Amino acid sequence: MMLQRKPDLTHADVTPKEIYFNRRKFLQAMGFAGAAAVAGKGLLDLASPRLDARAAGKFPNLAKSPFSTTEKESTFDEVTHYNNFYEFGVDKDQPAKNAQKFRTTPWTVSVEGEVKTKRKFSMDEILKLAPLEERIYRHRCVEGWSIVVPWIGFSLSEIAKLVEPGPKAKYVAFESYYDLGQMPEGKYAGIQLPYVEGLRLDEAMNPLTLLCVGMYGDSLPNQDGAPVRIVIPWKYGFKSIKSIVKIRFVSGEPPCTWNITNPREYGFYSNVNPNVDHPRWSQAKERRLGEIFKRPTLLFNGYQDQVASLYTGMDLKKYY
Amino acid sequence: MPTFLANKWTKIPVFLLCLVPFGVMFWASRTGHMGPDPVAFFQHATGDWTLRFLVITLCITPLRKLLKLPDLVRFRRMLGLFAFFYACLHFVTYLGPDQSFDVAGMFKDVAKRPFITLGFAAFVLMIPLALTSTAGWIRRLGGRRWQMLHRLIYVSAICGVIHYYWLVKSAILRPLFYAAIVAVLLVWRLVDWFIRRSKTAPAPAKTQNASANG
Repeated sequence: MMLQRKPDLTHADVTPKEIYFNRRKFLQAMGFAGAAAVAGKGLLDLASPRLDARAAGKFPNLAKSPFSTTEKESTFDEVTHYNNFYEFGVDKDQPAKNAQKFRTTPWTVSVEGEVKTKRKFSMDEILKLAPLEERIYRHRCVEGWSIVVPWIGFSLSEIAKLVEPGPKAKYVAFESYYDLGQMPEGKYAGIQLPYVEGLRLDEAMNPLTLLCVGMYGDSLPNQDGAPVRIVIPWKYGFKSIKSIVKIRFVSGEPPCTWNITNPREYGFYSNVNPNVDHPRWSQAKERRLGEIFKRPTLLFNGYQDQVASLYTGMDLKKYY
Repeated sequence: MPTFLANKWTKIPVFLLCLVPFGVMFWASRTGHMGPDPVAFFQHATGDWTLRFLVITLCITPLRKLLKLPDLVRFRRMLGLFAFFYACLHFVTYLGPDQSFDVAGMFKDVAKRPFITLGFAAFVLMIPLALTSTAGWIRRLGGRRWQMLHRLIYVSAICGVIHYYWLVKSAILRPLFYAAIVAVLLVWRLVDWFIRRSKTAPAPAKTQNASANG
């Protein structure tokens, strides 16, 4: 397994942007300052390398969001080389390799169902639909690991404003792109594809629910759900569906891929909750990538102030 | 070939070969090739190699008989002990990073989570086998009893495979692959046992010296 020969260089082998820019910054510093100053500055840059990458990305000057956490961000390398994206393989290092050639242009997202005006949005239209913000969210996987990601996008509710959901719309259903030609690994995913997910309408309209078009100051890398995905920071990661092509406002609870696969283990709600264990493992703790020991998991992943009111009176053990 | 296998020096390259996975893990840890989650990397690598060495160990007896290479048995103890070696590493990655070396908490987890229960059982069952793997212990227990005891490896392998199967979310192909190999190896033993029994004890007249089943 570990001994197999690697193929020729791929995009995955390209020096991560942050390191590249960090190196450039370092060289610049060499030019401006004396060698003595360089050592200290180089170390400082190493401590906060992504600031440089942000300035050079596609979205350099983004509005900050009050929803952002001040916790230390995961590295770009961690977020791009540890992915659950079964369409591109079930191992976490596979999407980084297998998604490189995924074609994301042209791309349209069809918004349909119980709405006043059904619409198809091109990627360009989506990018101009509302001011883009940077949202630094905690992201907790159902498997027990977590990351902190500076996503880019706007609240999903902005879409609703345009299409105007009718009185029958009680839920929102999402669907990912799926094409065996581009995603041959999908055959071995062990889950039904295309990937589908869903939210209750009030969950979808909560300002935290993000229509996400980028991260780390730039477009979404393919393995992270390019070109557009949903991010729901208080739910387990699998609810944050990647590479979406369809948003449907519907009257009944929509099917969700992992819920179909194993309804006992993955509920419709799948809110992060340290008190409700997965049938096979504890959810009380999580490992932040890069750390050795686990840390306690927070109720609603620490977003209870924003979302707890959505679930007042509900038995969270029953509606897991 | 047989003389090569019987050569006393052949154990050394086999020993070194068995250390290669550990060497690769060590190298990965020194050069940052563990991926974004080093703990998961070690847990999976040590778990995979425990299962692989269990399977390789279980292959020895069938191969020895099918290929008529009795000398293969010389490597069985070493391979089994390497399975135990990787199982120990696997256990430490669980007790340390996952349980923060909290032994009481670990036992709670073992009792609560079926997949941990089976993994722990697979590991614990290997301990007496490792301890009694010496020639001295074979003598002390007597060949027959020693052999009975060491059949625990079958249970350990079955527990290990189910442990793996219960761990994955949907990618069941790899655990099923190991399950299939273990099943073939155990069914072969069953068939072998029936064949030998029918040979040594002809059906009608029961002989008083019933055969020893190896």
